[in-house]
Amino acid sequence: MNHLIMIPLLLPLAAGMTNLLLVRKGIGPQRLVSVLTACGLLAATLLLLVRAETGHIDTYELGNWPAPFGIILVLDRLSALMLVLTAFLTLPVLLHACSGDDKLGRDFHVIFPLQIMGLNGAFLTGDLFNLFVFFEILLIASYCLALHGLGPERTRNALRYVVLNLIGSSLFLIALGTLYGVCGTLNMADLALKVAGSTPDQAPLLRAAGLLLLAVFGFKAAILPLFLWLPGLYAAVLPSVAALFAIMTKVGVYAILRTQSLIFTNHGPVPEAAGLLFPVALATLAAGSLCVLGSRRLRVLLAWLVIVSVGTLLAGIGLWNVAGISASLYYLPHSTLVTAGLFLLADHLARQRGPAGDVLESGPTMSRPNLLGSLFLLGAMAIAGLPPLSGFIGKLLLLNAAQAPIAAWLWPVVLGGSLIGIIALGRCGSVLFWKTQGDPLSGPPVSWLRLAPAATLLLTAVALSVMAGPVTTYTDAAAEQLLAPDSYINAVLGRGTP
Amino acid sequence: MEALAALIIAVLIGCGTYLTLCARTFSVVLGLSLMSYAVNLFLFFSGRLVTGAPPLATNIGATADPLPQALVLTAIVIGFGMTAFVVILALRALGELGTDQVDGEDEKP
Repeated sequence: MNHLIMIPLLLPLAAGMTNLLLVRKGIGPQRLVSVLTACGLLAATLLLLVRAETGHIDTYELGNWPAPFGIILVLDRLSALMLVLTAFLTLPVLLHACSGDDKLGRDFHVIFPLQIMGLNGAFLTGDLFNLFVFFEILLIASYCLALHGLGPERTRNALRYVVLNLIGSSLFLIALGTLYGVCGTLNMADLALKVAGSTPDQAPLLRAAGLLLLAVFGFKAAILPLFLWLPGLYAAVLPSVAALFAIMTKVGVYAILRTQSLIFTNHGPVPEAAGLLFPVALATLAAGSLCVLGSRRLRVLLAWLVIVSVGTLLAGIGLWNVAGISASLYYLPHSTLVTAGLFLLADHLARQRGPAGDVLESGPTMSRPNLLGSLFLLGAMAIAGLPPLSGFIGKLLLLNAAQAPIAAWLWPVVLGGSLIGIIALGRCGSVLFWKTQGDPLSGPPVSWLRLAPAATLLLTAVALSVMAGPVTTYTDAAAEQLLAPDSYINAVLGRGTP
Repeated sequence: MEALAALIIAVLIGCGTYLTLCARTFSVVLGLSLMSYAVNLFLFFSGRLVTGAPPLATNIGATADPLPQALVLTAIVIGFGMTAFVVILALRALGELGTDQVDGEDEKP
């Protein structure tokens, strides 16, 4: 057993607890603890990535209870990728928050690490009930972060978000109860074996549980009929929180990918859920694109772009071949980081425009229009999928992965969605930067230091395009590992370790 | 006994759904609580219904499945925490928005 796997869980937990003790000591020590934790997490997850890259699946049995009886953590290529992505997103978002957002309430630095712990736990766990527990940890942290800074708009959207999520949690538990009643286990690897060996009379119950799980994870990921909570919430919360939430929908995508590739495979006894994924993903993409076009505020527009990226990701996963899943796994870090960067940039833009905020109408000239405009152009090109940036490469890989009959559906929707994205972002940029009136607001211009987190996140689009070769090699290997779940099952259940 | 258990869960879920759809924070909180009771019962019953059997492995006869009991305990704790949070949030929303609509907007006349 490799104790390094526990670091992504223990380090944020310790940081959160330390910050709780430091609450009365002022914001300085808390910031130091949080930033050091984020750096430590990045280092630890990179080490884990190097380990997972070899293809060996690490497991960690808590309390030495062997699976399927005890709780188990599993690290495969997909988990390692998600961990590194989380850590890489955390650091700039935290630095941005340290420039003022964290002073709006006392507990920001207590809740923030706990949110990271919930995310990391959800990516690492190999047990469905533990997935539920980590979901609740990240959700309650997200409720607190969503309310951070307060204000009626935040309360209104957070109340909606909390109530809907509580209903989602109930459905999650019902699905778990059904699965446990049928299979007598909640360990994912064990479930995979039990579901594969199920009798025909168990199939209806398993089908119900699988579809319920898809609905619950789909709600977290914000797929078509279940996404209406997202735009209002993402536009209402603090910008740094919205940037962190860019990965929250990806947790849903991760959970769908994990359960559908392992337990409810499309060639298993219950293929319905896997088969539903592709049409739902395309519908999400189309609906999200249309709503992008109709947005009147920059941050609402960005929130709809999050939904478009979820649709794109799930479309790749719904193809159920190595190329499709690999394309999605390449697109996943790109879309998360660039959206987060755009949310942070939108904060700077809104501050520069004073009362006009992020409403898409003419406002005062910005103090450094060239710098902010170039960053916006970079982010917009990346997220809309224009060459040579990573969004283009991701979409190209995705289009390339589709076979003949499916491609006729995928190509028009993805390309149409991109076109709409370009139009919407172009209109948005021209309003923000060209259709200005009056002089810049008085006050200091935005400094390089404060802009650095947003710029770093946006420049990952360039880095991901430059590094496209190694990254796609990794995602190809991760997709192959996912589509051959035997090695996962063997590693967890200890049956002849490979 | 199975039929009775199913009936109880169905009634709880039905009432919970109705109350949640009322879209006033108080009834929504009540509805969520009823639903979480139903879910906890369901989770508890997923280990099959047995009477008079110990939840630990002994060498005499049948045992009750201990795992659902552990699961339901966790679920109850989490459920209580979340309900407490939503109660406080509902109070705050009432104070800040001046309405107890879950949407935060007054009903249109």
